[in-house]
Amino acid sequence: MTSIAEASAHLGHRLLAEPGRLPSADRPPVLDQARLIEMLRAAGLTGRGGAGFPTWRKLAAVAGAGGRPVVIANGAEGEPGSGKDRALLTYQPQLVLDGLQIVVGALGAGAAHVYLPAAAGGAIRAVLTSRRQAGLDPIAVNVHAAPDTFIAGEESAVVAAIAGRPALPADKRVRITESGVDGAPTLVQNAETLAHIALIARHGPAWFRTAGTSDEPGTFLATVGGAVAAPGVLEAGYGVPLGDLIDAAGGATTDLQAVLIGGYHGGWIPPRPDLPISRAALAPYGASPGAGIVLALPVGVCGLTETARIAGYLAGQVAGQCGPCINGLPRLADTLADLAHRRGRPGLPGEVERLSALVSGRGACRHPDGTVRLIRSGMRAFQADVAAHLAGRCLAKEGYR
Amino acid sequence: MNRLHIDWTACDGRGLCAELVPELLAEDDWGYPVARDGAAEPAVPDHLERSVRLAVDRCPALALRLVRR
Amino acid sequence: MTSALWYFGRGSGLVTLVLLTIVVALGIGARSGRTAFGLPRFVVNRLHRNAALLAVVLVLGHVLSLLFDPYAQLRLIDLVLPFVGQYRPWWQGLGTLAFDLVLAIVATSLLRHRIGARVWRIVHWLAYLCWPIALLHGLGNGTDNGTWWLWTIAMACLATVVVAVGWRWSPSFARFPQRAARRPNVLQEVR
Repeated sequence: MTSIAEASAHLGHRLLAEPGRLPSADRPPVLDQARLIEMLRAAGLTGRGGAGFPTWRKLAAVAGAGGRPVVIANGAEGEPGSGKDRALLTYQPQLVLDGLQIVVGALGAGAAHVYLPAAAGGAIRAVLTSRRQAGLDPIAVNVHAAPDTFIAGEESAVVAAIAGRPALPADKRVRITESGVDGAPTLVQNAETLAHIALIARHGPAWFRTAGTSDEPGTFLATVGGAVAAPGVLEAGYGVPLGDLIDAAGGATTDLQAVLIGGYHGGWIPPRPDLPISRAALAPYGASPGAGIVLALPVGVCGLTETARIAGYLAGQVAGQCGPCINGLPRLADTLADLAHRRGRPGLPGEVERLSALVSGRGACRHPDGTVRLIRSGMRAFQADVAAHLAGRCLAKEGYR
Repeated sequence: MNRLHIDWTACDGRGLCAELVPELLAEDDWGYPVARDGAAEPAVPDHLERSVRLAVDRCPALALRLVRR
Repeated sequence: MTSALWYFGRGSGLVTLVLLTIVVALGIGARSGRTAFGLPRFVVNRLHRNAALLAVVLVLGHVLSLLFDPYAQLRLIDLVLPFVGQYRPWWQGLGTLAFDLVLAIVATSLLRHRIGARVWRIVHWLAYLCWPIALLHGLGNGTDNGTWWLWTIAMACLATVVVAVGWRWSPSFARFPQRAARRPNVLQEVR
């Protein structure tokens, strides 16, 4: 377990070091497949896009699938509360693109793509042009615009967009790593994960492990927002206490009631400053660091109403392809809205749970599951508010929060 | 293990599968199939394989596939 | 012999029309996802399919008997190319069209699993085009037009299809009226 001092010392020292620096004189290291996979396995790097899947396993799956793979840097960041990928692609695009080329080289990929919001396309194209001229990119990188939707960054939606179709999730009977863009084994990697790969390739797995915990090594980018004085993107090692992140974001502007971790598909945790931000420590609360979103909820705001608002947003962000989701999520959101507006009835919490169980696991992607995770977490974290609302009262309005 | 894979982007909730394999599937509030065992890909025991293959064949939306996991 | 072929040609044509009417009604019934007269959904589906296959057999009988009947002046080319016939070319051309459509719809249905749901669905929608063409062909080409019994049968078929299609469009058609339509959200604004 990293000590508080160690975790704090690593705030902002790696990915966000020296923003805007030109690529160093040494080219991105060229590693063969086996070496890169071994380095990433030793480093224990997990995906920073939210799912936290071991990166070496993903690469090994693509490598083992045969054929010429396709590699996609995913910078879509459809999550409203997240800004880390945008920050990384704006201030440290070289790191992300280095990581992309390292993976492309190791896997012998036939094509490389960057997928990010259209507004950032021009800047990244300029960087790619100068890299190509400097001979840094053996494989030309294609830039694709990601639409402004919540699910645009979902793995199979990314594959669809790269293939020229609308960015909607697809049925995953066959894994993307086996068959993705035009049937080729495809690696969709979050931009931040690629940046970590670039640094691990340069400095080694042991260096990577000097931050974070032994089970969850390395640093991650956190987007801290909500009731903080200086919201923004910070870097910290896993296991960093929640309070350190809040303080690094200027401190809370008022007393906090709860914190949303992992974004709109994440979970609510109590605002305990000593609570470490790691999978292990957050698991009892049904939450995980996810893609590093930290949203501070101040007192005086009704957490239940906020949860209902988020559920409403998520219901509006469905792809519209799958029956249980397009029907279930709006029903869930409406039920929560009834609760939030104190139009409660005794069976309401039971109805929320019934609908939650009904939509879970039934869809082409994990949008309904993520939404259910948030809702269940809200019903649990704000259960006092649930009881009050059912009785026609609101704790926040009455000043009890 | 044989499992039933539902392509949710194709499923139109026509209900033939729930009719042909009621031991495995029920219908939800909107007519879409729900696995009774709660799994995303419900397990298909050997004695139901024939009925499931029939459901896979008859699904009007071609949304079902029997897979080995 | 030729008059036997001629009678068979006319008779099978009329029975085909009646069968196709039943196929359309059963198809709409199958689409509704409802059980019918105590029959489970998958049986309704099978009935629709079997009636269609029977209709194919009958339309083949209709076409073959007329092919071999010298009085009908039907040539092989008329089976695939419409409006080039020697006997009432316009009305016969409609028959050709309807015949070709029936074959296309049934063939794609039998090969459904190979061609995929999307292609199958597009071709299957042509059934709504095929049936009126078949009806018009029967009314215009048949030498029995003008007889009271032909008109009666034709009107009964028309009424059946009108009622079935009317039901298809009515709000009570859906088994789950509160169900939201699945519509891929392709209207994606790019930032």
